[in-house]
Amino acid sequence: MNQDRIKEKLTEKFGSDILRFDSTFEGISVGVPPEKVLDVCHYLRDEAELKFDFLSFVAGIDHYPAQPRFEVVYQLYSVKNVQRMRLKAKIEDRDGNPPSIQSVTEIWRTADWHERETAEMFGIKFLNHPDPRKLLLPDEWQAHPLRKDFPLEGTEEDTPDLPS
Amino acid sequence: MARELNLRADMRSEIMEINLGPHHPSTHGVFRAVVELDGETVINIVPYLGYLHRGFEKTCENKKYHQIIPLTERCDYMGASSNSLAYCLTVEKMLGVDVPERAQVIRVMMAELSRIFSHLFWLGTHGHDIGAMTPLFYMLREREEIMNLFELTAGGRLMPNYLRIGGVSQDLAEGFIEKLKTFTDHFEARVDEYETLLTKNAIYIDRTKGVGFLSLENAIQLGVSGPMIRASGKAWDIRKSEPYSGYEHYDFDIPVEKGCDVYSRYLVRVDEMRQSNRILKQAIKLLPDGPIRATVPGKIFPIQEDIYTKMESLIHHFMLVVDGCRVPAGDCYQCIESPRGELGCYIVSDGGSSPFRLKWRAPAFVNLQSLAKMCRGCLFADVIAILSSIDIVLAEVDR
Repeated sequence: MNQDRIKEKLTEKFGSDILRFDSTFEGISVGVPPEKVLDVCHYLRDEAELKFDFLSFVAGIDHYPAQPRFEVVYQLYSVKNVQRMRLKAKIEDRDGNPPSIQSVTEIWRTADWHERETAEMFGIKFLNHPDPRKLLLPDEWQAHPLRKDFPLEGTEEDTPDLPS
Repeated sequence: MARELNLRADMRSEIMEINLGPHHPSTHGVFRAVVELDGETVINIVPYLGYLHRGFEKTCENKKYHQIIPLTERCDYMGASSNSLAYCLTVEKMLGVDVPERAQVIRVMMAELSRIFSHLFWLGTHGHDIGAMTPLFYMLREREEIMNLFELTAGGRLMPNYLRIGGVSQDLAEGFIEKLKTFTDHFEARVDEYETLLTKNAIYIDRTKGVGFLSLENAIQLGVSGPMIRASGKAWDIRKSEPYSGYEHYDFDIPVEKGCDVYSRYLVRVDEMRQSNRILKQAIKLLPDGPIRATVPGKIFPIQEDIYTKMESLIHHFMLVVDGCRVPAGDCYQCIESPRGELGCYIVSDGGSSPFRLKWRAPAFVNLQSLAKMCRGCLFADVIAILSSIDIVLAEVDR
């Protein structure tokens, strides 16, 4: 099974109007709208031929100032087929509507800590996450460090405990 | 004398919360966990991370591609050369650079030495956590020899900073191969010596067999990789399934155990040290002559001799140090088999000379999630045994 077969199966099931295929340096990446992420992930894990049962990581990317601002990347691996693929979902950051996406913890339990880290670093809310506390950062911090508008050294108001 | 303590009426059962860490000799770094106990039995364990979080990923967005190599080594300081290998492979894939044969063999040598280095340290500290203090002193002997080898390559004993994008920074020093040969010749006997201390030790078996059970299904769901999943019965090693840096030319076995417990993880890691020694012996035989770095003007640093004699090389070197190399836009994920599991580097580039986003998929971070699953229902003393069997390095967990 190779990357083209993944494309075929996904297009067959979901249709090509919601999917966006890009090529990366080592394979393909599939872009889906954030509302469809849960359905696509269920299909990718449970479908007999694809069987993407291992989630390597969930990461966030901030494209400030471009819109849609955030992107959540899922790197999947199939233990049986020795295949890798990437799933991406772009999320908009609109005033009064904080960026949010469904959590995939019910599909791959390892997403738990990855999503907690992405949530605190970017300010993306993962809906239905079993334990949405901060993971690596101090509890008092309100800032989201990996956003592009957060300076490397921190700011006086947000991070007074960092050395200036 | 005093009134009788009416224990029966007052006897209540409460869940006791104990704080483990962050300053604790057995947590291998600054790791804090709150353990909920019912008597001696663990009900739940909640880890609190972030004590060693240094903002590695944010720092990388502000550094040139070549400046990131020493930073990656400090993520997992036990197997430093594995980290820089994962990073260099990712950038080389994006640049489309082919690493010359000699450099590939040298990199395999460094990676396997790092694996033995890391597993030896794990063996010593794991034994110490269980209560067997002798392996710790024995393994310091081999680690000293390996650190001397690292020092010969590029000067650093723990984090040599030897790998570069496109190859390695300089050729192997005089006497490196002879020293490595002496090391590999006697290492097998040393591993046998370590096994006599623990493998058939009744106390060790009692403390580790059946402890920390993690079934294969749970392991895959929790994203666990490396020796932990091999101890749960799955023969998955990225060096065999998705070979990189010439690993397809080496002949080695993947140690697999079906026990799913702490004892199986011990057996897997000890056998991995033997297999790494096997690979090292083959690498010494396979080492070809040739360049130690690829030649891509404008992207890869030219070799030192050229900088002294050729004008273009001097200019390229200057531009690379000042401006850095520009990597074409796109994203790439490359993973390797580090001593802890699947170590991956995901880089998103926008065409500039710093990564737009660098995500470090640290195996210790992901494997640590399985701690809560494995600890429920065991005794408190087993928590320490299970935690040490995961083999975490806090610098990697927190980045």
